[in-house]
Amino acid sequence: MVHWSAEEKQLIASVWSKVNVEECGAEALARLLIVYPWTQRFFASFGNLSSPTAIIGNPKVRAHGKKVLTSFGEAVKNLDNIKVTYAKLSELHCEKLHVDPENFRLLGDILIIVLASHFARDFTPACQFAWQKLVGVVAHALARKYH
Amino acid sequence: MVLSANDKTNVKGVFSKISSHAEEYGAETLERMFTTYPQTKTYFPHFDLHHGSAQVKAHGKKVAAALIEAANHIDDIAGALSKLSDLHAQKLRVDPVNFKLLGQCFLVVMAIHHPSALTPEVHASLDKFLCAVGNVLTSKYR
Repeated sequence: MVHWSAEEKQLIASVWSKVNVEECGAEALARLLIVYPWTQRFFASFGNLSSPTAIIGNPKVRAHGKKVLTSFGEAVKNLDNIKVTYAKLSELHCEKLHVDPENFRLLGDILIIVLASHFARDFTPACQFAWQKLVGVVAHALARKYH
Repeated sequence: MVLSANDKTNVKGVFSKISSHAEEYGAETLERMFTTYPQTKTYFPHFDLHHGSAQVKAHGKKVAAALIEAANHIDDIAGALSKLSDLHAQKLRVDPVNFKLLGQCFLVVMAIHHPSALTPEVHASLDKFLCAVGNVLTSKYR
């Protein structure tokens, strides 16, 4: 089980309470598809992904980004039980979606940058540490049921 | 991975924008790297790594200068950083995985201080540039 210090929990909760899940989720997913274009391979059904402008404005990208970050919120609510929280999602990503777990790490890194751009100096080094740890734990949990 | 003409324009644009803060951003990048990825501290056992450390400031200045040099010679990063590449291969031997960690922290610093400049397109170009720099610095490892 992952150990979270009281400070880490507080830093995570404090940032999360101010996150606009719809906006940040949309932005994180759009940036993933723009910065690492090969990730578009999973979204052939999303329509126009032909340019950064198209990706940012794509309503399916926005909706899916919101969905992904909303799910991330489950980890924030269940820090002491992330493995169990994501067990079914892990199976889904392996058996149905066939997503290389490396992509979870890429999205995690992008999310950190999006949070940094929104929180500026409030996103202190300690904050970055706690959140980088969290995205790593989430990525690990999502990869855990792969076979 | 190839830097397009747009990438080069984007990168040069960012570095001209941050040139007066480069040293400060270099130090902050390092501080964030040491805090976020404690394993990176293993390369600096001889440093005082506390917040505000003069050694970290000085080293941040060097790192920033190297990135600026690479940006100024973006058509030949390998040539511009050849000596640094030798240094990393023969003396420093920093594991290649760490360049990505430094790059991530540099992007975080950009996001914090220049969020409006770090558009998705610029973000992509900078990420590619930082990868290219890391590749050059590890190119002579074996």
